[in-house]
Amino acid sequence: MEENVKKKLKVSAIKDGTVIDHIPAQNLFKVISILRLDHIDNQITFGTNLESYKLGSKAIIKVSDKFFEDDEINKIALIAPHAKLNIIRNYAVTEKKEVEIPAEIRGIVRCFNPRCITNNEAITTRFAVISKSPIALKCHYCEKITDQEHLQIQ
Amino acid sequence: MKKDLISITDYSKEEYLRILELAAFFELNPNQNLLNGKVVASLFFEPSTRTRLSFETAISRLGGRVIGFADAGSSSVTKGETLHDTIRMISNYADLIVMRHPLEGAARYAAEIASVPVINAGDGANQHPTQTLLDMYSILKTQGTLDNLNIFMVGDLKYGRTVHSLLMAMSDFENPIFNFIAPDELLMPDEYKMHLREKGIRYFEHREFTDIISAADIIYMTRVQKERFSDPIEYEKVKNIYILRDRMLKNTKPNVRVLHPLPRVNEIHTDVDRNEKAYYFDQALNGVFTREAIIAHTLNLI
Ligand SMILES: [Zn+2]
Repeated sequence: MEENVKKKLKVSAIKDGTVIDHIPAQNLFKVISILRLDHIDNQITFGTNLESYKLGSKAIIKVSDKFFEDDEINKIALIAPHAKLNIIRNYAVTEKKEVEIPAEIRGIVRCFNPRCITNNEAITTRFAVISKSPIALKCHYCEKITDQEHLQIQ
Repeated sequence: MKKDLISITDYSKEEYLRILELAAFFELNPNQNLLNGKVVASLFFEPSTRTRLSFETAISRLGGRVIGFADAGSSSVTKGETLHDTIRMISNYADLIVMRHPLEGAARYAAEIASVPVINAGDGANQHPTQTLLDMYSILKTQGTLDNLNIFMVGDLKYGRTVHSLLMAMSDFENPIFNFIAPDELLMPDEYKMHLREKGIRYFEHREFTDIISAADIIYMTRVQKERFSDPIEYEKVKNIYILRDRMLKNTKPNVRVLHPLPRVNEIHTDVDRNEKAYYFDQALNGVFTREAIIAHTLNLI
């Protein structure tokens, strides 16, 4: 019981909205920026460096009165592949979702090729996902493949 | 929708055949007034005299006018203008843009910005699709078919964009066989071999440049460039192995032809030049007819 109370205190509950759990702690601020949570007026609470069996150290974000479209939330799949969403209505979890790597990725990732036009002029990058695990992204412009090892978030 | 040509795979097999048919027409009738009153921008952000003159000859033979520049030094690019702004401006002046650029992906990006069609005349180490189409035209002209051919590719198969594009295009035809001859440092990349396996196309890899070429219909030579090697000793070891000499062609098939995108350095000995199996100089001339065909197709002139 006491354990439960402690857990709840870490990040307070929301009435309606979305809880994004199992974010790798080191990518919390990238998730915030990709989802543009720093540009909205909704109430947002987050916790980070929480213990996690799977990730070692995880972060969690709770956004009041916000329900993400799949397209929107899937943008974080590359940096938070194990993220789980709980959709909350009237303090109860009404739906659970997992993120999925989309077929095409716009922005977010840098092309690893220094000779690529996207690394030399202000252009939004664009990749076709040719493999999800391990990740392999084919650049729409230079046609080179950025793999897991060379993956760099912008 | 405008028709750009950025990568060879932008075209279907039907379009390859259409271009080759048009190229044959322009070879017989090179001077046409199809581009009368039209302006073509020839934008060479890096110099390539050979490709530029081939394009500009094709445009002139079609009766069009050329504007543009031969290297970035003589353009506003040196004043720091972005590719975006240059292309936006040129789009207002020209009916078609032909461009070469040192950065990879530049042509695809330009095509997105331009309101007129873009033909890629080379974007860094990425694509050079008009070269591939002229290679195909050369193969068709010398072999009478694009089916059932045994194609040998020799030299730098890792970085050589011409061999990659030719492989992709020829894999759309019936029953080709590919033979790759390259040093360990310059092997054909896996993604292309995987493409051939997926299509059930046979290929063989060799380290040594020997009498195995007796089975060839086409021998496609490429340059082995020193700057590709991290270890100069490795370059010294292989630089003289992949040289084609006249005597090596002695036991080859009568129909075999030697192709090379030019310019060559030393990979084809000059004693091959007099051999009737040498085709690389004729291949370059085919470039003009092929480019006339590509321009006519791109602008729906025919
Ligand atoms: Zn790229």
